[in-house]
Amino acid sequence: MAKASKTLDVRVDYVTRVEGHGNIVAKVRDGELVECKMEITESPRFFEAMLRGRSWADAMFLTTRICGICACGHGTASLKATEDAMGVTLSEQTLKLRKIVLHAEQLQSHWLHIYFLVAPDFFGAPSVIPLAKTHTDVVLRAMRLKRLANYTCEVLVGRHVHPISMVPGGYMKLPGVRTLKDLRQHIASHEADVWATVDLYASLKVPEFNRQTEYESLSDPTEYAFYGGNLMTSDGTRADSHDYKKIIHESIVQHSSAKHVKNKRSSLMVGSLARFNNNSKQLHPKAKEAARKVGLTAPSYNTFHNNTAQVIESVHCYYEVLRLLDELIATGIQDEKPPMKWPKGRQGVGIGLTEVPRGTLVHEYEYDEDGIVTGANLVIPTNQNLANIEDDFRAYIPQLMADGRSEAEVAHALEMLVRAYDPCISCSVHLVTVDLK
Amino acid sequence: MARPILMFDSLSCCEGCGLQVINCETDLLPILAVADIGRFREASDGDVPHYNVAFVEGSIVTSHDIQKIQEIRAKTDVLVALGACATHGGVNMIKNFQDPDDVGRYVYGERRTWFPHIPARPLKAEVKIDAEIPGCPLNPAEFLEAAKCILMGKPFKLPNYPVCVDCKLADNVCLWHKGVPCLGVVTRAGCKPYLCPSAGHKCIGCRGLVDKPNTQAAKDVMAEFGLSVQDVLREFRLFQGVYDEVSKEA
Repeated sequence: MAKASKTLDVRVDYVTRVEGHGNIVAKVRDGELVECKMEITESPRFFEAMLRGRSWADAMFLTTRICGICACGHGTASLKATEDAMGVTLSEQTLKLRKIVLHAEQLQSHWLHIYFLVAPDFFGAPSVIPLAKTHTDVVLRAMRLKRLANYTCEVLVGRHVHPISMVPGGYMKLPGVRTLKDLRQHIASHEADVWATVDLYASLKVPEFNRQTEYESLSDPTEYAFYGGNLMTSDGTRADSHDYKKIIHESIVQHSSAKHVKNKRSSLMVGSLARFNNNSKQLHPKAKEAARKVGLTAPSYNTFHNNTAQVIESVHCYYEVLRLLDELIATGIQDEKPPMKWPKGRQGVGIGLTEVPRGTLVHEYEYDEDGIVTGANLVIPTNQNLANIEDDFRAYIPQLMADGRSEAEVAHALEMLVRAYDPCISCSVHLVTVDLK
Repeated sequence: MARPILMFDSLSCCEGCGLQVINCETDLLPILAVADIGRFREASDGDVPHYNVAFVEGSIVTSHDIQKIQEIRAKTDVLVALGACATHGGVNMIKNFQDPDDVGRYVYGERRTWFPHIPARPLKAEVKIDAEIPGCPLNPAEFLEAAKCILMGKPFKLPNYPVCVDCKLADNVCLWHKGVPCLGVVTRAGCKPYLCPSAGHKCIGCRGLVDKPNTQAAKDVMAEFGLSVQDVLREFRLFQGVYDEVSKEA
């Protein structure tokens, strides 16, 4: 075994195969870790400021532009916030259609991440492009699954990257039962691909790393929480979604244009692993079967298992989409129209929380009596993970050095760690200190 | 003859246009058969010293962005602006209509000096670009067409007629008849099959104006429908704040 390095200078500029711009910096002197940080160099985006002056009908069309990968996720939280301010209750039909879109969002994002962003590391490739020649069947399967998730969004909301027909209170255009039946059949025909993904992950060796942190997610007594619920953490804190600030404490850090978040410890974690650790008992039976196949049980404190949890969640979301479609096909689609006007004179704050692929997302808007946004606050899942990434660096780097890894190996291991979070950095550069009260 | 080298990069944006390129899925394979990708940070490791065609999404929001696009311009033969942020400034332009210090204070409070910003602008405000692929997000079919034309040395032309033409061909009932102020009347076509009116929603103008648009007529019609000057400007300035007709109140 090689002698442990006494000096390391790791600098990875513009980490690849993550969404957005970030750098990894780690310095070791005489065997001591003297500096480690996740620099967020993404240009500031200023969405909260830009939301001011937008109308209630258009707020979502601005906020989906926060992120291409999680556009439908932002869209869902945005609509929930506006609907909360309007005092609108969704019909069962609208709720189910929303949930299908949100599940399709998880599927699109998880499969993109698993196959295009993370898998190359396991195959020793710089990207999925050379794998198109060496592992053609895997790449074609990845494209089929991605196309399936995108297609589901196209049928229900017009498009995945920046959805169109979902609006406050409902939909501008509804799919017919015939369309839903065709969609259901098309989705069902991909079952083998879904399980091939599970088998692929069961065959990969996940790096060893363990650091317990506080795991935050939504919690819903009726189902594995994605669309709705209230906040919970693994350290026992609970809060109504409107009181999210009881758990989510933000601070500004100079080396990051994105804020850091914590609750009881110096950091916390959101995302698939957090949801799995908190709510795995509520997974679809098929997802539980997938968990047994990949050998993951809750709780796991290995950050790299965030990807494994994404594979398990993709199975859950796949079968939930089929179930919801079957329910809608059985009851038929009613021609429901969304509200076309703001409830005159109604002003105040609306808050919407939802689980998007990378974790718990908060949209909070303040509206005036004409339905124009006067203030906004957004808490992005990746913000919530940034402090945890740095705490993971502090624990992982000594472990890597004790293993005798070279500087290049350490850099690569840290990149893989960052990738495991599936960070969405463009999203995270939206933080707000303004107290709307 | 060496295979052409392509690159994909992003300035300040949501990276949705880069994702739409990935979403071309198997349609990308013929392009990958004739060209190599030298850099595509979102999807791949690695970089090379020179590119033949650079596709850049995102708009310029900081001086660092200006530096970055100038560096890319110097390293490439052809530079293509990818998506609304790169071609027209995108939604980032909205902040140009607010006080810049207030924008910084609202998001970062006292720490705003740590995160300086400049008025948002498209790529062509700072460097020469050779082609534009508009839209928020871009239309994958249009990207493939542009890539093929550029690789074959053929001219690439965008449609120069408003969305109304494609909307009528798609058998949509005109949204103005339903009292909805659709910007398709002055917005450049080319988004089919992903027309917003086909999904039941008004056109929000993400592809920019056609050449010689009748924006004054559009504003007049919107006023007839009971929209105030503020309402009209709000509609246009979501994506079209870069144009004089929209940035100046008239």
